[in-house]
Amino acid sequence: MGNPKGFLKIKRGKTNYRPVAERLKDYDLVFNLRLKRETRDQAARCMDCGTPFCHWACPIGNYIPEWNDLVYSENWEKAFDLLNATNCLPEVTGRVCPALCEAGCVLGINDDPVTIRENELAIVERAFKTGYLKPHIPKKRTGKKVAIVGSGPAGLSCAVELNRLGHYVTLFEKADKLGGIMRYGIPDFKLEKTILDRRIDIWKKEGIEFKTGINVGENIPADKLLADYAAVCLAGGSRVPRDLKVPGRELNGIVFAMDYLTQSNRRVAEPLRLGETIPADQIIDAKGKKVVVIGGGDTGSDCVGTANRQGAKCVVQIEVMPKPQECRTPSCPWPQYPILLKTTSSHEEGCERHWSIITKQFTGSGSRITKLLCAKADSKLQEIPGTDFEVEADLVILAVGFVHPEKKGLLQNIGVDFDQRGNVKTDNNFQTSIKKVFAAGDMHRGQSLIVWAIWEGQQAAEKIHQFLDCPKPR
Amino acid sequence: MKLNNYPHNQGLYDSAFEHDSCGVGFVVDVKGRADNTIVKQGLQVLERLAHRGAVGADPLTGDGAGILIQIPHEFNVCICEQQGIKLPPAGAYGTGLVFISNNEGLRGICEDAISKIVAEEGQIFLGWRKVPVNDQVIGQSARDNQPDIEQIFIAKGKQVNNQADFEKKLYIIRRKIEKENPASGLYIVSLSSRTVVYKGLLMPNQVSKYFLDLQSPLIKSAIALVHSRYSTNTFPSWDLAQPFRFLAHNGEINTLRGNINWMRARGIDAIVPGGSDSAALDNVFELLVLSGRPIAQVMMQLIPAAWEHNRQMDKKLKDFYQYNACSMEPWDGPAAIAFTDGKNVGAVLDRNGLRPARYIVTHDDLVVMASEVGVLDIAPQNIKQSGRIEPGKMFYIDTEQKRIITDEEVTDEICSQKPYGKWLNDNLVGLEDLPAISSDEKEKLEINLLLKVFGYTREDLKNILRPMSEKGSEPVGSMGNDTPHAVLSQRPQLLYNYFRQLFAQVTNPPIDPIREELVMSLHSYLGPQRDILKESPEHCHRLFVKEPLLSNDDLEKIRHIRKNSFKTKTLSLLFEQDLKNAVQQLCGEVEKAISDGVSFVVLSDRGVSEKQLAIPALLAVGAVHHHLIRKALRTKVGLILESGEPREVHHFALLLGFGIDLINPYLAYEAIALLVEQKEIFIDTLTAENNFRSAINHGILKILSKMGISTLGSYRGAQIFEALGLSADFIEKYFEGTPSRIGGANLAIIEQETKMRHAAAFNNQDALLASGGLYQWRKDGEFHLWNPASISALQDAVRRNDEHRYKEFAELINNQANNPTTLRSLLKFKTATPIALEKVESVESILKRFATGAMSYGSISGPVHETIAIALNRIGGKSNTGEGGEDASRFVRLPNGDLKRSAIKQVASGRFGVNTNYLINADEIQIKIAQGAKPGEGGQLPGHKVSEIIAKTRFTTPGVTLISPPPHHDIYSIEDLAQLIFDLKNVNPKARISVKLVSEVGVGTVAAGVAKGHADMILISGGDGGTGASPLSSIKHAGLPWELGLSETHQTLVLNNLRSRVRLQTDGQLRTGRDVAIAALLGAEEFGFSTAILITCGCVMLRHCHLNNCSVGVATQDECLAKRFAGKPEYIINYLTFIAHELRQIMAQLGIKNMDEMVGRVDLLEVDQAILPWKAKGIDYSKILFRPAIDPSVKTHCTIAQEHGIDAVLDRKLLELSAAAIKSGEKIKINVAIKNSDRSTGAMLSGEICNKYGVKGLSDDTININLHGIAGQSFGAWLVKGVTFELEGMANDYVGKGISGGKIIIYPSRKADYSSEENIIIGNTTFYGAISGEAYICGLAGERFCIRNSGLNAVVEGVGDHGCEYMTGGRVVILGKTGRNFAAGMSGGIAYVYDRHGELTEKCNTEMVELEAMKTDDESFVLGQIEKHLQYTQSKVAKRIIGNFQKEIRRFVKVMPKEYRRVLEERALSEKEKEEVEV
Repeated sequence: MGNPKGFLKIKRGKTNYRPVAERLKDYDLVFNLRLKRETRDQAARCMDCGTPFCHWACPIGNYIPEWNDLVYSENWEKAFDLLNATNCLPEVTGRVCPALCEAGCVLGINDDPVTIRENELAIVERAFKTGYLKPHIPKKRTGKKVAIVGSGPAGLSCAVELNRLGHYVTLFEKADKLGGIMRYGIPDFKLEKTILDRRIDIWKKEGIEFKTGINVGENIPADKLLADYAAVCLAGGSRVPRDLKVPGRELNGIVFAMDYLTQSNRRVAEPLRLGETIPADQIIDAKGKKVVVIGGGDTGSDCVGTANRQGAKCVVQIEVMPKPQECRTPSCPWPQYPILLKTTSSHEEGCERHWSIITKQFTGSGSRITKLLCAKADSKLQEIPGTDFEVEADLVILAVGFVHPEKKGLLQNIGVDFDQRGNVKTDNNFQTSIKKVFAAGDMHRGQSLIVWAIWEGQQAAEKIHQFLDCPKPR
Repeated sequence: MKLNNYPHNQGLYDSAFEHDSCGVGFVVDVKGRADNTIVKQGLQVLERLAHRGAVGADPLTGDGAGILIQIPHEFNVCICEQQGIKLPPAGAYGTGLVFISNNEGLRGICEDAISKIVAEEGQIFLGWRKVPVNDQVIGQSARDNQPDIEQIFIAKGKQVNNQADFEKKLYIIRRKIEKENPASGLYIVSLSSRTVVYKGLLMPNQVSKYFLDLQSPLIKSAIALVHSRYSTNTFPSWDLAQPFRFLAHNGEINTLRGNINWMRARGIDAIVPGGSDSAALDNVFELLVLSGRPIAQVMMQLIPAAWEHNRQMDKKLKDFYQYNACSMEPWDGPAAIAFTDGKNVGAVLDRNGLRPARYIVTHDDLVVMASEVGVLDIAPQNIKQSGRIEPGKMFYIDTEQKRIITDEEVTDEICSQKPYGKWLNDNLVGLEDLPAISSDEKEKLEINLLLKVFGYTREDLKNILRPMSEKGSEPVGSMGNDTPHAVLSQRPQLLYNYFRQLFAQVTNPPIDPIREELVMSLHSYLGPQRDILKESPEHCHRLFVKEPLLSNDDLEKIRHIRKNSFKTKTLSLLFEQDLKNAVQQLCGEVEKAISDGVSFVVLSDRGVSEKQLAIPALLAVGAVHHHLIRKALRTKVGLILESGEPREVHHFALLLGFGIDLINPYLAYEAIALLVEQKEIFIDTLTAENNFRSAINHGILKILSKMGISTLGSYRGAQIFEALGLSADFIEKYFEGTPSRIGGANLAIIEQETKMRHAAAFNNQDALLASGGLYQWRKDGEFHLWNPASISALQDAVRRNDEHRYKEFAELINNQANNPTTLRSLLKFKTATPIALEKVESVESILKRFATGAMSYGSISGPVHETIAIALNRIGGKSNTGEGGEDASRFVRLPNGDLKRSAIKQVASGRFGVNTNYLINADEIQIKIAQGAKPGEGGQLPGHKVSEIIAKTRFTTPGVTLISPPPHHDIYSIEDLAQLIFDLKNVNPKARISVKLVSEVGVGTVAAGVAKGHADMILISGGDGGTGASPLSSIKHAGLPWELGLSETHQTLVLNNLRSRVRLQTDGQLRTGRDVAIAALLGAEEFGFSTAILITCGCVMLRHCHLNNCSVGVATQDECLAKRFAGKPEYIINYLTFIAHELRQIMAQLGIKNMDEMVGRVDLLEVDQAILPWKAKGIDYSKILFRPAIDPSVKTHCTIAQEHGIDAVLDRKLLELSAAAIKSGEKIKINVAIKNSDRSTGAMLSGEICNKYGVKGLSDDTININLHGIAGQSFGAWLVKGVTFELEGMANDYVGKGISGGKIIIYPSRKADYSSEENIIIGNTTFYGAISGEAYICGLAGERFCIRNSGLNAVVEGVGDHGCEYMTGGRVVILGKTGRNFAAGMSGGIAYVYDRHGELTEKCNTEMVELEAMKTDDESFVLGQIEKHLQYTQSKVAKRIIGNFQKEIRRFVKVMPKEYRRVLEERALSEKEKEEVEV
């Protein structure tokens, strides 16, 4: 620990958001990267704890105190080496991770935690900027071939890890570009897509083969895949959205969040945000509309931000769960990750938020939605009689999560078993009911965080490595 | 019957760890006039030393006593006549006592064998005589084991010309008999034509009653040397009584294992197996004397003075010592030794003067020397000289020359015998003198890979190498060790991790390697040695190296050595497949090299590659060293290690301790260069490397010193380690003689670990270095029991009082099936018939057995300290102050009924805050001998942490550094501890006295000694316990788990029938009810918790305690941080209650109703074979789970109270006489006589006064007590304000210990005519931990005057070595000479020294102080003090100085601590500023 008194002298720095009026006009990142000096100061707050709860809380076990110390002593390259050892996508998690680590930060017991996420981002961005982050081609190849299906964080981290261990990795992606939800689900103003391309270029140079636009199970039969590769890892995500089956659901103007966000992301895609061409009859646009987002989570928030940028007349976000507390309650003590009221940059950009709301019915004029019929919910999420009210809406976005992976196509084709929740079932070694076939990420775990997906990918890679009869890496 | 009748080694008890210590003395007629009076006086001295010995469970059986006298020829003639033996003239026959097992028929066998051997040696066997004894006077157990005692007479053969040759013959005869050992149990007490020894398993007062011979008026001698033994055990042992044939020893040889091995390595077979350390020393002494050397020379050889850093020592003498260092390692340890050959008598102390020895010379040429003064009544007017033996100096009497010979004369004569200086000049080669050769050694492998091969982790670089190479100091950490023992860890471990450092406790003191550096040495002499029985110039034909770590260039110098026919050969430590073969082959290669005439062998592991692995360096060293000892070749060659492995101080200590001479840690150097290159440290590589070496050197000295060893020469090969988890055959082959008590990994496992590490490195070459996770928890690092999951579960449980959550926590700790960490994790409870839970002892009753560990206010913040005290007081448990005092305001109950007072008041080596008031406000007073995290080490609270309030509770000055010395300076041996217990019991008779020990092999025997010293409770701490700050290597590698220590202690106490007198407590990472249950079954009645308590209070194991930076406000003195503390007494109570619940459930399940019946029930435990981890398949707990077979009458838990012997102390009389004064506060004057057996005088009186008047005491000089005679130890201890002691006579050690406001005046008897300023009047370690008061001492004090003085003002006329050591306050005026190392570690207070001869500059340790000129204020203060001194004592010196004050005052030098001056100046400045503002 370079500066033992740092945490007493320096306050937690705030994220440097661009002004709302400015950022609403574009799809660029909502905040500016920090200056080097600011990061160094923030890193000085780290206490380099004997028992670092941040490192424990982080699913992938980032060596947080170690790289904070190195940032403090301005040893950026070594800091990056350590970061790189546990996290293959710090530029993504550094932008969008909910930072379980910061909830675990010991300083958070009685002070503001260290800005771990932003420190992480600063380290990796600096590594790119100085050119330190370069492709590292494995010295030795094992000659074994592994196929990975899906290019979300789980598939990518699994690919990177296996490639590091010397295996030949081919990654198949159904879409025409790589990244899964990172590319299509998260708006650019939170995660610019150039950073994914920048990273994937490096991995290509390191020898990972990426095959996009290939829907395994349709374009390539499952048995061919199994015949061609020594092992296969399924990492296709959990993409079947949860629906809200209430009367009027069939009306036009009610869309799933992921459809909405994906299209928006395609429409503003680089280069020059010219985007892809979407047929006019398929365009979903919030411009001039009264938008209601159902679902109070991060996806809902992304929809709010996107709708505002598209020029919505107004945006209302409703959530069936009660309004969370603003600070920790005894039932959720440190170092657990607390469910707290979270006001995102998108909320700050304009949004009316309501909690404990049950949507009872959609009504419309003709086939178009015009109103929601809602009621207040009690703490058990039951309707409180006599509390009915209406909300006007031209566009309703359902952001209430995902239920399980798409079973049709590959999964049924390959014949894996499913668990009770409808996710791909594996043993402790991430191996499915089919020999040689492994599963990782949301497809295996169910809907979760990017950082958990990365962890799944890494773990599956290690198990595949063992399965391929290679000694355990240490 | 065996003479040495220890029980056979059983369970964890091993007789090899028996200790003894004692009183020693002699009476000599300088003119050599043999007389019966001398013998009688000798016996009287013995009796007067009785309180220094001990008794065991049988009150009439002592530990042994005896007397050595000149052959009483007249008496012998008389008794031989009765036997029909015709004696030749004196000197022409030899005699001695023989102990023979009292088994019919043995006598005949012995007689045949002996007469045969005598005849073989050409001497004449004259006959036997049965020695008459009265066995009715001795104890039952002594009588049961009493041998037949015979006296043998042998006449000189014709071929033998002189007495010296005859003595040699007698020696050979004795050795032959001993080796042939015709009847097991034959022991020859002595066999000489000059001296005879009477000794036995006796108490001092029994010697003359038992041996009827000694009652005869015909027994005459000019010399009587006596010894009274205090042994830790109570097992009857007739032969280990002293004196031996030449000497009597009070002390302990710490390096014994090494000394014995080195003698073996030389092929010398003089040491009789099974003897004690003193017996072995006597054996070697005898051999060297008989080789023709003067006894004084032999003593100087075996126990050399600290010559290495002594600038004042004469060059000739230094040369002699260096010459001897070339052929022999010192026998190191605290010692007062009296020795004689029947004509000359001498006495010496160890180099550090750690045992007391006082002498008196009378006008009629009698000399009395003993551990104490006052052991023989001598009229004051007859005293010519009162002196003390000084460290490194010899007291010597030649009865043929009929005079006392001064140390200078004796040593000068000896070092003039041969031209030692010239011999050294011609032969000794210094490393520095060799031509420089630069190293171009380069490794093939990339550094990152090489580091992985040798098991380096990122932590090794960051937490170990970085601090060492950056700052040159050892890395420090905090909190305890909660990682798996090496043998339990799932990960491959370096072999070093299987060994734990041993340390001194109670039976000998650790040394302060920083403040007393002058006695320490890291010098090495390498290369072939010669016959130690001869002296020649070639004996010093060796290579002299100042430090054990070689730089690469240094190693090259030796590798290419061309001087004096030295030759070096490098042997590779690399192997491909079979480790066992590789090691065997290596041993053969070294042997071959020796026969080829190689002088130095370099064992090198350079050049590892994917195919070539390195033999673990420690294994190679142990194997080669022991192989060469067995072949008697070890002294023919110097062994040097060139290895990539060692990097921590623990590694280097092990390598040296197992016999390597020098080490080149090349990879550590490369790693340091890497740190520099990567800008982890901002200094140049060379400086970084030097810093690293300096850190390691200091670390090695610290490890030596904590065993009380001063020189690397004697540490080398001394094997001061215990193995934990290594199999017996492995130890036997490669580390012979090292204790290893639970078996464990064998060579195959060690090989597998090496291969795993090697393969892992090569399999993933790109990977970073591993996390490590040993010092800071890491997900992918070593397992810790305190991890985020367990910490948060516990905090959650106690805050919400959620028992379910506690159970989750307990499961995380108790179930270690996947990560075995502790020894207890491998145990399980046997199935028993359960009982209903209601029948089990109540929660409330169980809670009373709980205590918290010693955590000082200073290491933790005030709110935490008080929260803990309140919690424990509420439940009837006991909290512990720790070292650092306690504010008196906490002794008063709060309005709500809570009490912030800690029930246990600790007394540690620094004695901070230990005043009378503190001691009387205790339910228990705990003497901290060691602490788990850093046993044997001192501590230091840097000035910046000494806040106003800390300084107030410790009675020191804010901002001034506080040093806790490694030893208690009033406990250098077991009898000293008994004395301190006695002191404390006197001052507070209501408090129980406990002694805190740390688990290590032999702790059981130490505990037996402590029980015999009348401790009421013994605490066995595990080595894993927490700390506020300790070197990381000590946290990890010193001390053993409590499971071993507790079990050994319980077993040993039961075997000795001492268990019933003393309660046992254990602590050291206890966490759950299961832990407590196991501790109880292994023998504990009480249980301590520390780390877990802090965690309930909010500690999250930041491990930052040493940084004063605890973000949760627990371990900090930063006010702003302390405010963050959010703990509550309820949390602690909830936790301890959960534990009690869990414990009760276990008890119900085991069918046990109350805890007393649970104690020691090891039969209810068994090893859980199902969960043994891969390395521990061969582990063996049978010793831990051993239940000694005992008589049903022997109680196995505490049932009776100790007999403290305070009912008849002098203070009872003083209390009676002063009762009225105490009541009314009126002035009173009392006159009483005092003698050396009146000890701790004043302590009880002070305790009573303090009880009534609190810390304020009475007004000055209310109770005036005039005493005359010779005061026993601890005169005036904790004397309170209002009491004045005026002693006319002399006093022994520990005068004025902890004095709290009283006044002590001591002057020689008015009848004595010797000059006070040249004679000793008080003993060693006086005014230790003095709080306040005044002292006027008319005469000289021994070593360590005013040590750790906090506020006493004293005047004295001269002091011994280490005066004013560790002083933090007070003013001392010294009107005469000081010894060496004056003012070492003195951080506060002022000393004024009358430096008449301008020697102070040389003698003062100026690390912390400066010598200044006197200012006007100083002059008037000094004048005032001297005037009072004159008034009280009528001192002649005082009178002389005052008489010519203007001139004399110029000879005074002011000794001023630098830090203290700065603090005082700052204070004065700020006061001045305040005034100015007010103006």
